[in-house]
Amino acid sequence: MTAEYFQRDRRWHPPAYTPDYKTTVARSPNLPLLSVENSLSEITGPTFSHAGLGPLDHDLIRNFTGEEAIGERTIVHGRVLDQNGRPVKGALLEVWQANAGGRYRHKKDGYLAPVDPNFGGCGRCLTDEDGYYFFRTVKPGAYPFRSFSNSWRMAHIHFSIFGAGMTQRLITQMYFEGDPLRAQDPIANTVPDQAAIDRLVAPLDLEASVPLDSLAYRFDIVLRGRRQTMFENKLEGA
Amino acid sequence: MPLEYPKETPSQTAGPFVHIGMMPRVAGFEVFETELGQVPAAEGVPGTRITIEGRVLDGTGTPIKDALLEIWHADAEGRYAHPEDPRVNEVHEGFTGFGRCHTDLDTGTFTIETIKPGVIPGRHARPQAPHLNIWIVARGINIGLHTRMYFPDEENDDDPLLGMVEHLHRRATLVASATGENAYRFDIHLQGPQETVFLDI
Ligand SMILES: [Fe+3]
Repeated sequence: MTAEYFQRDRRWHPPAYTPDYKTTVARSPNLPLLSVENSLSEITGPTFSHAGLGPLDHDLIRNFTGEEAIGERTIVHGRVLDQNGRPVKGALLEVWQANAGGRYRHKKDGYLAPVDPNFGGCGRCLTDEDGYYFFRTVKPGAYPFRSFSNSWRMAHIHFSIFGAGMTQRLITQMYFEGDPLRAQDPIANTVPDQAAIDRLVAPLDLEASVPLDSLAYRFDIVLRGRRQTMFENKLEGA
Repeated sequence: MPLEYPKETPSQTAGPFVHIGMMPRVAGFEVFETELGQVPAAEGVPGTRITIEGRVLDGTGTPIKDALLEIWHADAEGRYAHPEDPRVNEVHEGFTGFGRCHTDLDTGTFTIETIKPGVIPGRHARPQAPHLNIWIVARGINIGLHTRMYFPDEENDDDPLLGMVEHLHRRATLVASATGENAYRFDIHLQGPQETVFLDI
């Protein structure tokens, strides 16, 4: 079946130009985007399988050296659904984050907090038939960020998500319930609506926590939905 | 009141350290056995081998050095390696059409090596000229930017998407230039007089 995706609601997403996040000033397109009807080029996209992933890819506590990383042991889990409430199966999630001290393992990160020798800071997994996924990690620390001179990023995990096609491609960040840095975080606040920011805040999920081991947070993700009806797609040259 | 649907999860910038999650070797370490998007078309896949070099320039004309680009394209016969393409079963097993590259941390240049796509079926029986779909994320980009790259040595005049670009001089922002045999240059301008046409797909 070939059906179009719902139009993206761009008023819900952050606009390109958000001057409190200063880097956007010279990197935001000024001219309107060209609205394009879905064709095969948009509704298709790469697909991934377990064959391409390793057994520890989803376990950031152990996937770097095999020894355990230092920090608050944390489970992040949830479901990927579309706007019709249907599970997105086989979605690829890639995550990356700072270590417990707020330091990234990256050539260009100059923050004075130390690198954890046993923490790489990235992981990936596929959703199952129900759209369910989970990662194991350590809770990332807050880190300073040069937007204003005393800006800080609240604790966050970066998420990259591949759904069924390029139309569903999304990168976002997950936050933790109750973070005191939220109100001053210039990146979270590129999102204009507080209700939309709330959607990025994962609540503590005590029932999913592992007693005497790890706390859990729940992060559900919604990708664009699809119409039920097919679009006209005579395949000229096919 | 129109019926309400759950809203899409809002986008956030990929930030400067996007490589950690998607191309960790670029960040300076190895963790995964295979990094994704490194081989859009394996050896033996039919088609013309092409190389594309380019930069992503900000509004001051400075190349940005922390961008990550994804390409998604059809094979030499215009078929996508995706279950919703009616001809997916004819796609060579070594072809994904998916590539990832980054702008070099020192020079800002990106390089793509793949095969040239063919004409792609379009809507209303209007074929689409050969193109790569490109998606760009970086620090300072709040929501990933979609665009396309067309080829200067193909028949682009009847392409439905290029035909929708109202300002004629802007169509050129979607067409690469040839720099040699099967070699192309494609610069992406985020802002300014040469701003690339970005797409709301
Ligand atoms: Fe970050």
